[in-house]
Amino acid sequence: MVNVKINGIQVAVPENATILQAAEAAGVKIPTLCHHPDQAIKANCRICVCEVEGLALLQAACSTPVWDGMVVKTNSPAVLEARKTILELILAHHPQDCLNCIRNQNCELQTLAEAYQIRENPFEHITRGLPRDTSTPSLVRDPEKCILCRRCEYACSEIQTVNALGLENRGHHAMVVPALGKDLAESPCIMCGQCIHACPVGAIHEKEEINELLAAIADPDKIVVTQMAPAVRLAIGEEVSLPTGAMDMHVLVGALKQIGFDYVLHTNFTADLTIMEEGHELLKRVKEGGKLPMFTSCSPGWINFCETYYPDLLDNLSTCKSPQQMFGALVKTYWAEKMQIDPAKIYSVSIMPCTAKKYEANRPEMNSSGYQDVDLVLTTRELGRLFRMTGLDFTKVQPGKFDSWMGAYTGAAVIFGATGGVMEAALRTVYEVVTGKTLEDVNFTFARGMEGIKEAEIDLNGLKVKVAIAHGLGNARKVMDQVRAGTSPYHFIEIMACPGGCIGGGGQPITKSNVKREERIKAIYSEDAGLPLRKSHDNPEVQQLYKEFLHEPLGHKSHELLHTHYTPKNKKFL
Amino acid sequence: MMDYKEIISPYASLEGGIIEAFHAVQAKMNYLPEEAIIATAEVFKIPVKEAYGVATFYSYFSITPRGKNIIRICESAPCHIAGAQEVVDALEKELGIKMGETTPDGKFTLEFAQCVGQCQETPVITINGKPYGGVSPESIPQILGEYK
Amino acid sequence: MAEELRIVLRHLGKIDPMNIDDYLKAGGYQALKKARGMSPMDVIEEVKKSGLRGRGGAGFSTGQKWLFAHRMEADEKYVVCNADEGEPGTYKDRVIMENDPHSVLEGMAICAHAIGASKGYIYCRGEYPDLAKTLKNAVDQAKDKGVLGHFDIEVRLGAGAYVCGEETALIESLEGQRGEPRYRPPYPPVSGLWQKPTIVNNVETFANIAPIIEKGSAWFAGIGAAKFPGTKVLTLTGDVKNRTFIEVPTDTTIRDVIFEFGQGIAGNKKFKAVQIGGTSGGFIPETLLDTPIDFDSMRQTGATLGSGAVFVLDQDRDIVDVVTRITQFFEHESCGKCAPCREGTMRMRRIMEKINTGHGNKKDIALLERLGRVMAGACLCGLGQAAPTPVITTINNFSTDYETRLV
Repeated sequence: MVNVKINGIQVAVPENATILQAAEAAGVKIPTLCHHPDQAIKANCRICVCEVEGLALLQAACSTPVWDGMVVKTNSPAVLEARKTILELILAHHPQDCLNCIRNQNCELQTLAEAYQIRENPFEHITRGLPRDTSTPSLVRDPEKCILCRRCEYACSEIQTVNALGLENRGHHAMVVPALGKDLAESPCIMCGQCIHACPVGAIHEKEEINELLAAIADPDKIVVTQMAPAVRLAIGEEVSLPTGAMDMHVLVGALKQIGFDYVLHTNFTADLTIMEEGHELLKRVKEGGKLPMFTSCSPGWINFCETYYPDLLDNLSTCKSPQQMFGALVKTYWAEKMQIDPAKIYSVSIMPCTAKKYEANRPEMNSSGYQDVDLVLTTRELGRLFRMTGLDFTKVQPGKFDSWMGAYTGAAVIFGATGGVMEAALRTVYEVVTGKTLEDVNFTFARGMEGIKEAEIDLNGLKVKVAIAHGLGNARKVMDQVRAGTSPYHFIEIMACPGGCIGGGGQPITKSNVKREERIKAIYSEDAGLPLRKSHDNPEVQQLYKEFLHEPLGHKSHELLHTHYTPKNKKFL
Repeated sequence: MMDYKEIISPYASLEGGIIEAFHAVQAKMNYLPEEAIIATAEVFKIPVKEAYGVATFYSYFSITPRGKNIIRICESAPCHIAGAQEVVDALEKELGIKMGETTPDGKFTLEFAQCVGQCQETPVITINGKPYGGVSPESIPQILGEYK
Repeated sequence: MAEELRIVLRHLGKIDPMNIDDYLKAGGYQALKKARGMSPMDVIEEVKKSGLRGRGGAGFSTGQKWLFAHRMEADEKYVVCNADEGEPGTYKDRVIMENDPHSVLEGMAICAHAIGASKGYIYCRGEYPDLAKTLKNAVDQAKDKGVLGHFDIEVRLGAGAYVCGEETALIESLEGQRGEPRYRPPYPPVSGLWQKPTIVNNVETFANIAPIIEKGSAWFAGIGAAKFPGTKVLTLTGDVKNRTFIEVPTDTTIRDVIFEFGQGIAGNKKFKAVQIGGTSGGFIPETLLDTPIDFDSMRQTGATLGSGAVFVLDQDRDIVDVVTRITQFFEHESCGKCAPCREGTMRMRRIMEKINTGHGNKKDIALLERLGRVMAGACLCGLGQAAPTPVITTINNFSTDYETRLV
């Protein structure tokens, strides 16, 4: 430990601590822009500069290590002048259309501009005059707003290893762009949206589709049916000033009905169904010598990644559609039949923690119902905006009930929202299918938590199954390279594109650090623990679906509606 | 199409040799075509976004086609006070193009350069890297004559 | 009468730079032989005692720098010669390398012995392709003769980026990246090229090494200014009669440089200003001409010795116009990584243009001063920190030139 004095406050911090960390320990907040708690140090915005006794130059707090006896001033006149000037410089080259910005009131630059009393900017306002990139169904890049902090580039290249974003040019002509100056659709972007969480401003965001939803609700000829992923409830509270996980599921249903959704169903239902199909697919592959290891296929960002970077391993992917798309296929067939509704009238809306789901719903092959299976995908953030727009007071919203036939779910479905959840849910079912015994303790705790790659060997009555779980595509890449090299020891691998799984998805409330992701994970397992049914095959509506419609897992109907195929992306460049 | 990998491959064993490889491509093409950047990324086993970032960082590299002969005029202070602007005017007039442009016949491109380290005789221009010192508007036609 | 003293240019015109035998006949590589007979610590001690400080602009003790790298435990260390001479008005490294490439190679090899490196790089600016050939030829001949032993040197060509003269940006460029500076610490002697301990020294610094080892530290320490001993190669440009390069002891005054070696102002005009150290250097008025050129004396005047460029302006020169041109240079050469430099260099150019075209006012001057303070204190690297120097020193020393332009 070393002793450091920050603004006169003495603190003892570890030897390798930075000034920023020492200041935090002293209870002094130093502003940052390029700094991100889950990323490497960049030291490029220079907002965090401080005065260090004995040094002529100001020092970046994020990158400068402390020494014993260091004396730091974080608010000296020179420091405040530097910070304010740098903010003015950045703002003078930024659109400053905060009112029209998707990140209004949730923007790190705006917050600093307020705090540093930026009133009259002495620098002439200049903008770059660059168009938005709306080439993908998921993301919108707005280079006008970019402040060159490079956090998105780090998230894309270092955490996700997707390498869609990089630098172009230099000086004030420098930009963060897809390679070769192409648009995102041509780049290897897999639409996970982790760049959105990384962005301190509104330079990249989801493609918004609230207006399409409102038009559908207003259309008397459309029957608007919604499904909602498990991770949505966990985080939606954050959008309406509730603590993480505090939104009551039935209040949420009530709110959706109040807004005008005709039927509220649940993606959890098809999550349980996914386990039935995927679990049997795994057993079939193990018994009949099929392609192993088998990879999960729920995460559309991951599917895009596999089609882009590992086209040679597409046969290892489970052919199961994601729960969203299974739902889409069933709602316009099975459910429409049961409800005696004309499927042509159904407008199928899915509320997802995910930006890649928007892309997935638009895949040309996702029409096995005879219609586009999912008509519209809203992210959790868009749902939050919809709630704020419609002025719902969540202390007074009356709880509602899920509608029938595709609304029931088990705890196994709930945990799909966290890394390891699909694996744990699958093991709960596969264990009972293989052994014929009741699984007494349903908690496979090895599968839980933020560790990048988790693995275990499970004994199913003598059948030893080796499994692995990876989340964040940088971790997935490590596992995939093993498979490609032929050295992978696993039978079954769960991969989620986003760090933490869907709770950290690109469509979730802006999540600046993994600490928030861990909070959401905690909430998800406590929801699971509180449910009466915790194994997918115990879901009564799923049982009924098989009895009345599908007949058996992997059967003919399942094959037609619930399974899919994959196509190499053949990107021009990677 | 040019086999870029053939040009680039000899540099693959140089650690960090991508800049040398780009120099080699430009020696043949006078610019870095998209396919060459992609090929370089493949040879050096780096993402294309990195190769592109390098290609657009250095002022010697161009990602747009340029003329056969590249004329660079130093605009740094010592050349500036020695009359670089008059030389620019003379070059623009002689070639009928503005700075940053290429003649329609593809023979000449005019570019600004920062100091080229030949300050003993200012102003300085370079043509394809060859320096000409103490250039005056009057000497332009003769110098260009060597390349026409 | 002040006289030149040639240490780094000791072989200028006396040997054929393309023929190693000439260099060997002139006693070349004897210092390397001598150094290899000494312990690395003794070599470092000798360089330290000589008082040699970096000739690239930062003026850090060369021996001390070597000591940091020497102390590091690593499976590989690197010696890098910074030949990315990019300061406008500077060509002294080119003169050294063109005329005596082996003196640089020998200095690098001595450094390699001192710190325990087996690989070296010369990063030669892209504007000097012919020089790169000269250097490669020298390396090949040295390898053929076996004088370098197990020390390998590779010549790499830059591609037009002034910022690569900054040592961490140079390292990034050598690694095949965009030439963007790294934050420090860690400094290159601890973690440099490919995260290995790395010494980056300027061409002129390396060219001083062999004479120091050969003649001893006391000899070198006795030359020129006490705290910045030795000589400095200067390049004279602008309105001097004799636009040339010289090598003079570091206690030579600016006045002697301009009026003795430069033979005064051309065209029988009067002196107005001199910018020393390259385009990022300060502009000095007549009153400071008796300042010696050494690093510390220059520092005290608010100027820098820098690379040793001496850019002289006569009475008729328009300082505001010249400085406007200089701000364009920094706008063009900013790498764009750190916000105050990326945005600040662009703003400085715009405000200077506003003043230069007769549209500026007092507030603009105040804003330039504030911007200058912030950039000098907060930018990530020397480029952004030094970019305001010509603006600020001319506002301070030539305020009338500005005032007459304001509305």
